[in-house]
Amino acid sequence: MSSKQKDSSFSENMIKYIYGIADNSLILGQRLGELTGHGPTLEVDIAMTNISLDLFGQVRSYFQYAAQISDKDVTEDDLAFLRTEREYLNVLLVEQPNKDFAYSIGRQFLFDHFHFILMTELQNSKDETLVAIAKKTIKEVSYHKRFSSDWVKRLGDGTEKSHQKMQTAIDDLWKYTDELFHTTEADEKMIEAGVGVDVKKLKEQYYKNVSEVLEEATLQVPDLKYFQKGGKNGIHSEHMGFILTEMQYMQRTFPGMKW
Amino acid sequence: MINQEKVYIDKKLEPILQEVPDPEIPVISILDLGVVREAKIEGDQAFIKITPTYSGCPAMDVIGDDISSALKKAGYEPHVKLILAPAWTTDWITERGRKAMEEYGIAAPLDASADKRALLGEEKIVKCPQCQSTNTHLVSQFGSTACKALFKCDDCQEPFDYFKCLI
Repeated sequence: MSSKQKDSSFSENMIKYIYGIADNSLILGQRLGELTGHGPTLEVDIAMTNISLDLFGQVRSYFQYAAQISDKDVTEDDLAFLRTEREYLNVLLVEQPNKDFAYSIGRQFLFDHFHFILMTELQNSKDETLVAIAKKTIKEVSYHKRFSSDWVKRLGDGTEKSHQKMQTAIDDLWKYTDELFHTTEADEKMIEAGVGVDVKKLKEQYYKNVSEVLEEATLQVPDLKYFQKGGKNGIHSEHMGFILTEMQYMQRTFPGMKW
Repeated sequence: MINQEKVYIDKKLEPILQEVPDPEIPVISILDLGVVREAKIEGDQAFIKITPTYSGCPAMDVIGDDISSALKKAGYEPHVKLILAPAWTTDWITERGRKAMEEYGIAAPLDASADKRALLGEEKIVKCPQCQSTNTHLVSQFGSTACKALFKCDDCQEPFDYFKCLI
């Protein structure tokens, strides 16, 4: 293999690795954005859209970097808005809809705890840019994690109805948690190169942290044997097409449109 | 507070940048906010490095544009670059900046451990910028912008923003 081929396969894997992290923030940010003006109270509405804003900010840093690495002439906007469904590598968890408030909080909670551990570890990457993004992101994610954990406790240890809704949300969403710790071929290549985080090793810590909060919230930790997967390889749930239709609408209607 | 990071700001550029305000807190200059990490002159060109407070801070684009136009007006050709590392911290806000913030009605950030206790609602330590009472409580960890939390004073009853600590 010539060094040029080697370089291009490295950068291809690198870009896929970046998608694997950034697409989670992008799709979850989009889901949270749907709540703009629909939050249960003004404060919660503002909080959830604030989190959305943080996530989009992180996405911009990742995509600017990916566009720079890419041998194609692409911008951060092309990467965000012009890929097809199979090219998005986010986990199934983040594309789940805002069924009700407990559901949105549950999804956020299960993601935030993963995001926090991932960003903690990514700071040890050999890639300077990813380290810089992780160091910036971790500060924001610690606020997200506190917000979502507080609400899980508030709803779980609240009224009979809020408890039941929170439990239902956790029970429903639990099947998407295992996928967070799967690795793709590109992930493995990046782990080998000392750039990527081996998420397989984070699983135990994650379930321990999440379970602690659930117990404090007087909620049952689900006991599940079978889990859903696919998003990391671009195989998404039906929801994804609808998200992209909404998200890509402007760029598809007016190609190349700028602010 | 002590600014640990070394920041080089060219003496000639300092008065120009001092006049560029934060678009969301117009009483505080971008220098006092600590987002300018370098300002150099080479001939008639000015090279500025800025770092965002929060990743998604929409003010950054505006700040970049404002710096460019201020430098152009002063006769320099501007080059503004956004850098991510080292990540911004509230420790970089100057004493003058904190004062301006308080006078404007925003409570300035406490130190990290006190901030945590305040945001967890464990202690009443955030001072109301209107009446100086510490009889205040947290309404929401997220306020009008990404960098602020919303508080309410239980004495004068006024709501106010608290600039969150970011370490």
